[in-house]
Amino acid sequence: MWIYEKRLQYPVRVDTTNPTLAAMIIEQFGGADGELSAGIRYLTQRWTMPTNQTKALLTDIGTEELAHWEIIGTLVWKLVKDAPVDEIKGTPFEAHYVNHGKSPFPHSAAGEAWTAAYIQSKGDPIADLHEDMAAEQKARATYEWLINISDDPGVKDTLRFLREREIVHFQRFGEALMILQDELNSKKFF
Amino acid sequence: MDREQKILLKEIMEVGFVLVETNLYLDIQPNDERALRLHNSYSQKYKELESLYQAKYGPLRYTEMSSYPWAYINGPWPWEINFDIP
Repeated sequence: MWIYEKRLQYPVRVDTTNPTLAAMIIEQFGGADGELSAGIRYLTQRWTMPTNQTKALLTDIGTEELAHWEIIGTLVWKLVKDAPVDEIKGTPFEAHYVNHGKSPFPHSAAGEAWTAAYIQSKGDPIADLHEDMAAEQKARATYEWLINISDDPGVKDTLRFLREREIVHFQRFGEALMILQDELNSKKFF
Repeated sequence: MDREQKILLKEIMEVGFVLVETNLYLDIQPNDERALRLHNSYSQKYKELESLYQAKYGPLRYTEMSSYPWAYINGPWPWEINFDIP
């Protein structure tokens, strides 16, 4: 069960209309290492987690990822909402515009539609937690490339917040993995 | 959205973020009593801010009560807010 909370997790600020930047940031809306992949991955892996700690952690980080997906959609929307068509023409956002108008859509910056092939759920908690840690690092790296190409102070501020969350999630997944490994190693059956 | 509403909403967002952090930490360290005390005190603060906000500006969740007419639908929606405080 989920209940929508009618607020963002972070106050998203965009200083200047910029369709090109919107087209790049959409990588985190529907790209391989984006927020949608993260949310669906963690929420899907919950059923086969063996401990209450890991069930809780995947539920809560998965839920936070959906809030991040909403933040990315808001960044994209605020970057394009006031753009006249003339400002969209000739930018990388033009190809997005002819299919989706100004609506965000879950595809990568290169225009590939989101696919469940981006994620995995192995039914094996050790494999899954390792995948999750790798996913957090890949998302962190993507945020760094996005920060490098952004010159909008508001956008940079939000991207920095999201980058930091990847690090915190990596940390929590790592702790969960260590505790789980200790527990599995201490269970001896004869 | 006026200045007063923005300030209160941003305060809810700040306190809400503390709860995100204490929640994830406590999921792994449920026996950390100091962290749990921190969580509980911010949970209390969050409830107070939310009731203050919702009494004035309408529900943040559909499970809340509303004055007539149903104020949950009132804009601006989260992605439409300009968070700058003049």
